[in-house]
Amino acid sequence: MAVAARATSGRIVVTILTVIVAAFILGPLLWLGAHAFATDWTYPNLLPDGLTLDWWRVVFEDPKLFLSMQNSFFFAPVTVVVSAVVCLPAAYAFSRFDFPGRRVFLIGLFATNAFPKMGLFVAMATVFYGLNLMETTVGIVIVHVIGTVVFMTWIPAAAFSAVPRSLEEAARDAGASRLRVFFSVTLPMALPGILVAAVMSFLASFDEAQGTYLVGAPSYMTMPTEMYSLVLNHPRQVAAVFAILLSIPSVILLLLTRRYIMGGQLAEGFQIR
Amino acid sequence: MTTSPVPGLRLAGLTKTLGGRMIVDDLSLDIAQGELVSLLGPSGCGKTTTLRMIAGFLAPDLGTVAVHGDDVTAFGPEKRPSAMVFQNYALWPHMSVTKNVSYPLRVARVPRREIADRVAEVLDLVGLSHHARSRPAQISGGEQQRASLARALVQRPRLLLLDEPLSNLDAKLRVRVREEIRDIQQSLGITTVLVTHDQEEALAVSDRVAVMHEGRIEQVSTPAELYRNPATEFVSEFVGTSNRIPDLDLGEGEPDGHYIVRPEHVVLGESGIPGRVTRVLPHGPFTEVAINARGIELRAFLNTAIPAVGDDVRIRFERALRYVDGRLDAVVAPRIAEMAA
Repeated sequence: MAVAARATSGRIVVTILTVIVAAFILGPLLWLGAHAFATDWTYPNLLPDGLTLDWWRVVFEDPKLFLSMQNSFFFAPVTVVVSAVVCLPAAYAFSRFDFPGRRVFLIGLFATNAFPKMGLFVAMATVFYGLNLMETTVGIVIVHVIGTVVFMTWIPAAAFSAVPRSLEEAARDAGASRLRVFFSVTLPMALPGILVAAVMSFLASFDEAQGTYLVGAPSYMTMPTEMYSLVLNHPRQVAAVFAILLSIPSVILLLLTRRYIMGGQLAEGFQIR
Repeated sequence: MTTSPVPGLRLAGLTKTLGGRMIVDDLSLDIAQGELVSLLGPSGCGKTTTLRMIAGFLAPDLGTVAVHGDDVTAFGPEKRPSAMVFQNYALWPHMSVTKNVSYPLRVARVPRREIADRVAEVLDLVGLSHHARSRPAQISGGEQQRASLARALVQRPRLLLLDEPLSNLDAKLRVRVREEIRDIQQSLGITTVLVTHDQEEALAVSDRVAVMHEGRIEQVSTPAELYRNPATEFVSEFVGTSNRIPDLDLGEGEPDGHYIVRPEHVVLGESGIPGRVTRVLPHGPFTEVAINARGIELRAFLNTAIPAVGDDVRIRFERALRYVDGRLDAVVAPRIAEMAA
């Protein structure tokens, strides 16, 4: 009897904890979902007063908001590509060559994330004014790329290091040039790690608000920067719609890469040696 | 084994220092065309470094590597007419067996139809045709070994390099695969260097064995000669089992001399040095008997008249090798036996 009672009470505790965790995760999402379709929903009422698609029309008919979506879907992929072009060679160098200052650079890249971003952006703005980069596409891409450097260097460097040297040597022995070895052996084998880095960079760029606002506003508004004015100038239902739109890319990317995560390949991408 | 005026591989004065340590020290070796020579030695003796210099992964500090008379010292691995089978097989996991094996030909821009023919031919040779579409992770260690060999052979190299190719296989498979490798090597008549720390493997497959120690070759001989007349004390102890007997105990010769006696040359009889049996270890085809004689433990391999532990026996040596300053001085056996008696 006592054992059964203990098992039951254990199950009750687990259930309560599960409900609490679910409430914390799902609650805000439900709140967002409900507001996006509600005419109004205020405190004492358990259910929204009525349902409507008006808020979605407001978002899609507002040229400013639509432009910000276009901007976001332009800057995020461009940032990933630029970041990959800049960082992947560095990642390869970190993994394969022992040059002077290697560790200092590696830790230094990480350390840039340790300081408050806003201070960094203010300093950058001073430089950007001097170089006439304020309110330019290039300026915003630079800000975004800086935010992705750690992902695009550390994760691919670990992925490159995980490729055994003998596999590269075997390709050299088979007659391949260094460049061919990289593209036919090293890169395909490191691809899962590079994909992880690309996904994280895309999301980082997509969510970047502070730097974009400082450098781009008001000429270039992306979805996250537009969120600021939305929250202030529109009913909260519009903000809810916008928040849902903002989270769509993340969800899609996660679903796309889920197969890799399950296969363990994406998980392998996180190994740092 | 074909003898030819131009050696298949000539190493001349190869020297390599790594991290301030002399790894390979003025090493010279000629290998005839079609010959299989093993580099045998304990880990750290420089055999792998030597192989990597032959393959082109390491540049020697001094010395030259010539394949079929052509000096290839200045070439990288991709330009050398040699193909290597790696210790861990080094198959590319993202390619099928066929893609792995055809890679060298694709790199060399061989016509597609010829690639298909040559890959099929070499996969047939190593008995892997049924796994052509498999990924390396889907086939066994022995099969990966064969795929790796096929990838080397498909290049029709002038020189085949085998880096501990059998060390990751279990004992039974190792014996079978090494015989297969030897058969293929013989049928193709391909000049081959095998690096191994396994003396049994080296003796079983090689035309000649080069025993390496501290960056130098101690002896290059046929397996039979190597076992029968080891040129140095190191070789005698590394290859096969030996009894090492200090001079003094036999009361003969100058100091710094030693005798080496193979266990099969220790015989029990009516006369000889008195000793006591301390251990009896049956091996199947023969029995290993440990005997304590004058404070030295001797090992004897016996087929008949096996004594029991604690028995008092008398020992004679049928054949012994005398080493002075570590080098073979003389084969003096019968005399010692008489002396000792």
